[in-house]
Amino acid sequence: MAIFGRFRTVFGAAGLVALCGAAYAKEGQPAPWQLGFQPAASPIMEQIHAFHTYVTIIITVIALFVLGLLVYVMARFNEKRHPEPTRTTHNTPLEIAWTVVPVLILVAIAIPSFRLLFAQYDFPKPDLTITATGNQWYWTYEYPDQGITFDSIMVPEADLKEGQPRLLTVDREVVVPVNKNVIVGLKSNDVIHDWALPAFGVKLDAVPGRLQTTWFRAEREGVFYGQCSELCGRNHAFMPIAVRVVSEAEFADWLAKTKASASRNDGSKLAAAHE
Amino acid sequence: MAHSAHAEEAHHEDHPTFVRRWLFSTNHKDIGTLYLVLAMVGGIVGGLLSMGMRMELMEPGMQIFGNPEMFNVFVTAHGLIMVFFMVMPATMGGFGNWMVPLMIGAPDMAFPRLNNISFWLVAAAFTLLVTSLFMPGPPGTNGVAGGWTMYAPLSTKGTPGPAVDFAILALHLAGASSILGAINFITTIFNMRAPGMTLHKMPLFVWSVLVTAFLLLLSLPVLAGAITMLLTDRNFGTAFFDSAHGGDPLLWQHLFWFFGHPEVYILIIPGFGMVSQIVSTFSRKPVFGYLGMAYAMVAIGVIGFVVWAHHMYAAGINVNTQAYFVFATMVIAVPTGVKIFSWIATMWGGSISFRTPMLWALGFIFLFTIGGVTGVVLANAGVDRSMHDTYYVVAHFHYVLSLGAVFSIFGAWYYWSPKMTGYMYSETVGKLHFWLMFIGANLAFFPQHFLGLAGMPRRYADYPDAFAGWNFVSSIGSYVAFAGFLVFLYGIVAQFARKVPAGANPWGAGATTLEWTVSSPPPFHSYETLPRIK
Repeated sequence: MAIFGRFRTVFGAAGLVALCGAAYAKEGQPAPWQLGFQPAASPIMEQIHAFHTYVTIIITVIALFVLGLLVYVMARFNEKRHPEPTRTTHNTPLEIAWTVVPVLILVAIAIPSFRLLFAQYDFPKPDLTITATGNQWYWTYEYPDQGITFDSIMVPEADLKEGQPRLLTVDREVVVPVNKNVIVGLKSNDVIHDWALPAFGVKLDAVPGRLQTTWFRAEREGVFYGQCSELCGRNHAFMPIAVRVVSEAEFADWLAKTKASASRNDGSKLAAAHE
Repeated sequence: MAHSAHAEEAHHEDHPTFVRRWLFSTNHKDIGTLYLVLAMVGGIVGGLLSMGMRMELMEPGMQIFGNPEMFNVFVTAHGLIMVFFMVMPATMGGFGNWMVPLMIGAPDMAFPRLNNISFWLVAAAFTLLVTSLFMPGPPGTNGVAGGWTMYAPLSTKGTPGPAVDFAILALHLAGASSILGAINFITTIFNMRAPGMTLHKMPLFVWSVLVTAFLLLLSLPVLAGAITMLLTDRNFGTAFFDSAHGGDPLLWQHLFWFFGHPEVYILIIPGFGMVSQIVSTFSRKPVFGYLGMAYAMVAIGVIGFVVWAHHMYAAGINVNTQAYFVFATMVIAVPTGVKIFSWIATMWGGSISFRTPMLWALGFIFLFTIGGVTGVVLANAGVDRSMHDTYYVVAHFHYVLSLGAVFSIFGAWYYWSPKMTGYMYSETVGKLHFWLMFIGANLAFFPQHFLGLAGMPRRYADYPDAFAGWNFVSSIGSYVAFAGFLVFLYGIVAQFARKVPAGANPWGAGATTLEWTVSSPPPFHSYETLPRIK
């Protein structure tokens, strides 16, 4: 919609600068003193960014308006400056206005809101299908069409290498090709977990007994982190998600290498993780 | 002879012994006092739990909690205690019981003895909940660690120990207490108003209690059913929430939130009523748009029953279902906005004095607006995709609760405690309390919006290092707010020690409701003769 597009350009630039705050150390993970969302790495996340900027401007104006009215009322009608109170208790045009205007504002919010929501559920033709299964307390990934399965376990602080973020680094990342539609099926082996990737605008519960599906298309290469987002017990904070987005060629390489090593027994790593 | 025996009996009724007065009370004012004391204890325990959490979160890494599961126990206990054993006992049990009969000209509640059992049920419930903290819960830890939302199967298979069963029974008792209290309030308000006080002449606080009572009556039975199903899944072989045997974890979520959403309106609507009384009194002006205010609360209550699944946008519900709940949730912003603007219009043209209760009410109006507008943001499922289960949600509900409901409770305390105790509080102490709480709570919760947007999930004992900055600020804010709470407690002690008489009406011409026509504290039976309203 043209109006929305114009908003997006005008306010998006100003808003993103204002709201996205401090310098980014690295993409795909939070930065110190960050004020807003992580930079978008998928078209859906870009749409979320834009909608959020739009709504935040609206609510900031509303909050400042209410604050302004309060400050005015306190200054103009305090007992020193206004010793005799009036008895006004009605003003029908005003009461109509403050009912109708909020409705109009809500409609203005609802239109792009529904567009965003339905876009999130407009599943494209998949280029790659993966599943993520939540366990207490790590993720298991499968590439069913390629016959790959592996666990993805948080690397403890003592074993981190230089530059690896604490509580986000895993031993084996999900690898996907850039600019391809990836369908993610979510399952759980025990309690409810949640697979979230802030940079892609993805978040969906992994519920035992259900297969739920979401999708993303990564627009840039890099490593992108998320964290389990449904309380799942003791190590809920310690089962991160990491997705490495690579070129098609690198992805083909990785597939070949992983299929080869999948034929070997990887059980030892699992045993170590469960200690 | 018959006359003197009768008079002596009446004398005994007016001066019950300690046990008769405090254990077997049938007096709405004494029961209200019991509730306020319980709420204060709940606030102290819930507040200490939050201090423990903020101390842990002040820096990245695990410094205080050896076991992250213990942190989850603190998260759960903090939520359950603040909701069920602080806000609800303070607003409905405390101020509701104290002021509703006085405000409508009734000598007591319709069912005085039922009122007493309601209180002791809450006391028992609190005991059971605290006991659960010391019972085995998840493997290797004591206490319930599933969050106040107790999602299955974490709360069933995931927590084998009896702690959850203790918590379920605690909630049963608390729920029963509130249902009985709701029956009491509805009957009292519908049947015992003084002649001339039509429903459209009742003070807005009484309206707020009436609406809240209906919400309690209709939502708590669903919670009771849900937690009973949880109990039988855990102990009697049922599989309501167990997908391996034909059940569905999402059933728990629907049932819980069908109660849970009206519950949050239960937490705030009495606060709306208290703010209306305070704003009117200290502007020396009747509330603007009385009918709009009353029916806005009714509308919020009714619509509040059909928005529950906005808590479930990421759970795996259908996109069309999400779209409906987006629409319904946004509708609630309209009556809420009417209230905010009406309070401002009440002050407009008034003669405002900035006594301590008014500071709390003014703070409420602005800060609840902030919490309300972030709620409008969260209502949109498309953007909630990024905010669900992050600190943005934590910031939202703490703005409407700690900076909304709690502000209204403190405001009501300073407004009504002179009436209840007979003693005036110190303005200096009251104002110091307000400013410490205002600065502290804003410092604690505003940065949490940033943390949520940046991606910090909630219910996390430890976090990636990038989140350290705002977490540090938030923790400092919580300490400042806690200092304010200590000032509050000191102020109560000082109030009783100084013994400055408050008089029947310390607030002057702006205080127009019936409670200000009786002494401070009121006579034991409140009204010896029936007041008549013109």
